[in-house]
Amino acid sequence: MLSVKLTHQLPGFTLDVDFTAPAGVTALFGRSGAGKSTTVHAIGGLLRPDSAQITLDGRVLTDTAARVHLPPYRRQIATVFQDGRLFPHLSVRQNLSYGRWFAKLQGPDDLPRVARMLDITALLDRGIHGLSGGERQRVALGRALLSGPQLLLMDEPLAALDEARKAEILPYLERLRDAGGVPVLYVSHALDEVARLANTIVILDAGRVVRVGGAADLLSDPDLASYFGQRQAGAILHARVTSHQADGLTELATSAGSVWLPRIAALPGAEVRLRVPAQDVILSRSRPDGLSALNILPATVTRVSGDEGFGVLVQLQVGTDLILARVTQRSAVALDLQPGTACFAIVKSVAVAQADSGIGA
Amino acid sequence: MGDWLTPMEISALGLSLRVSFWATVVSLPLGVAVAWLLARKRFWGHGLLNGLVYLPLILPPVVTGYVLLIVFGRQGLVGAFLDQTFGLVFAFRWTGAALAAGVMAFPLMVRAIRLAIEAVDPRLEQAAGTLGASPVWVFVTVTLPLILPGILAGAVLCFAKAMGEFGATITFVSNIPGETQTLPSAIYTALQVPGGGPQVVRLVLISTAIAMIAIALAEWLSRRVARRIAGRSGGAGA
Repeated sequence: MLSVKLTHQLPGFTLDVDFTAPAGVTALFGRSGAGKSTTVHAIGGLLRPDSAQITLDGRVLTDTAARVHLPPYRRQIATVFQDGRLFPHLSVRQNLSYGRWFAKLQGPDDLPRVARMLDITALLDRGIHGLSGGERQRVALGRALLSGPQLLLMDEPLAALDEARKAEILPYLERLRDAGGVPVLYVSHALDEVARLANTIVILDAGRVVRVGGAADLLSDPDLASYFGQRQAGAILHARVTSHQADGLTELATSAGSVWLPRIAALPGAEVRLRVPAQDVILSRSRPDGLSALNILPATVTRVSGDEGFGVLVQLQVGTDLILARVTQRSAVALDLQPGTACFAIVKSVAVAQADSGIGA
Repeated sequence: MGDWLTPMEISALGLSLRVSFWATVVSLPLGVAVAWLLARKRFWGHGLLNGLVYLPLILPPVVTGYVLLIVFGRQGLVGAFLDQTFGLVFAFRWTGAALAAGVMAFPLMVRAIRLAIEAVDPRLEQAAGTLGASPVWVFVTVTLPLILPGILAGAVLCFAKAMGEFGATITFVSNIPGETQTLPSAIYTALQVPGGGPQVVRLVLISTAIAMIAIALAEWLSRRVARRIAGRSGGAGA
């Protein structure tokens, strides 16, 4: 477990954060300038904070009161940088095995296994100059993993890639998370990445921690929508693939009933997370009839949160999940939406946010 | 070779090569260290060190030779100490010629290496650190391989400058045949002798031939290094 408590004065800006990151993927989320980079640099030892106490699994990395500040090379924290930073004078294989020697790792070399997981086995004897952006980030990820770290810092690892390259890398990050090995602190300002990858989210704003919590809880909290971005706000629905059907749809079972999606890659039985954008959910007090939308789920209003200009965010209990719906102020009054109101959620669009490790298999 | 070179010419040529070789070999590690300090560290006296390194490039060589004589002469502060402690004498010896050549060539060498170090992305070194490499290992495994072409260029420049060094050498260690008479000194001597014209021409030809060989060698070496680095980083891997 990573425990971070630090204050640092920057020109015109004070960083004052305090959080712990459990096992799994913890996303450090916030807009640019929120203090994410300063925080990861302090954790990695690249920056000496004014005052801090940082421990990893009980090991003290920084304790300014006791004048302890381990240099980066003694922290056993590997970083995947936004710009890859592969060594240009080394081959892919040499890049991958760079950290192993310094870590004095015993036992069989993990390189073949990691290379297989990241699909870079064919690149091993190549130089790094011919690699695409996506291949570079996979090699950078492999290089970090193979240095035997106690924590993996990912500092906006996808920010420099276009959408197609991002989509190429994300399944590998999911595999890594589902393999459940090294804990990851994932820095990002992109909500789709965070919704897809994170187990835990730390929301950072103007140098302070706004909230720390489970990804599903935070994403379905209407009060936090302003941090996630009013247009992007949306919650997660847990589902299991039931069957792929002849008309090109995939049926998935949620705790509140079936939903249908255009055919997805995951195999029947696979657990998936569906991302439901708040503005793509329509509410109805009675079960709608003669509607083209396929996905209609019974729901109970749990919270109504007004936010000027963007309408009203309604939090709904759908089976065991909480989702958000955005409606206008007028509709909220007309439908008399109160906590406890039973209604139906019509979900216009759903995207697979996250699949299990079956992807790519 | 003895058939077409006189003993005096062989002696001057051999001495020049020996002086330049040792000037380059001894100053190279120091040059890398100083270049690294100047490129990567900010410390009190940074400007002073920078100035000291470049001073021989700007001063008249005769001044540099005079300063060397005062400091490294037998009566000089450092010279006397080295003589008594290690039996190492510079004054009027070929070692002094090597010292003078090394000092004169040092700024050129440091400049070439410093430019190479400044071209290395510090973020690569930072990345190596996060992978567990201590600063010394970062230098050996990342910085050094990347600046190898620069080091080579610096060494070639140093050698070439040492081959041609004249002013500081003749001031510091004089012009003693067989001990401190390098090719430039020999040319100077021949110029002073009435009817020395043909001798001058022969020595000039020898100097030119050496220069051409050195340039060809440097080209070949740098191409090899460039190919090796490109081969690792840009190769198809098949």
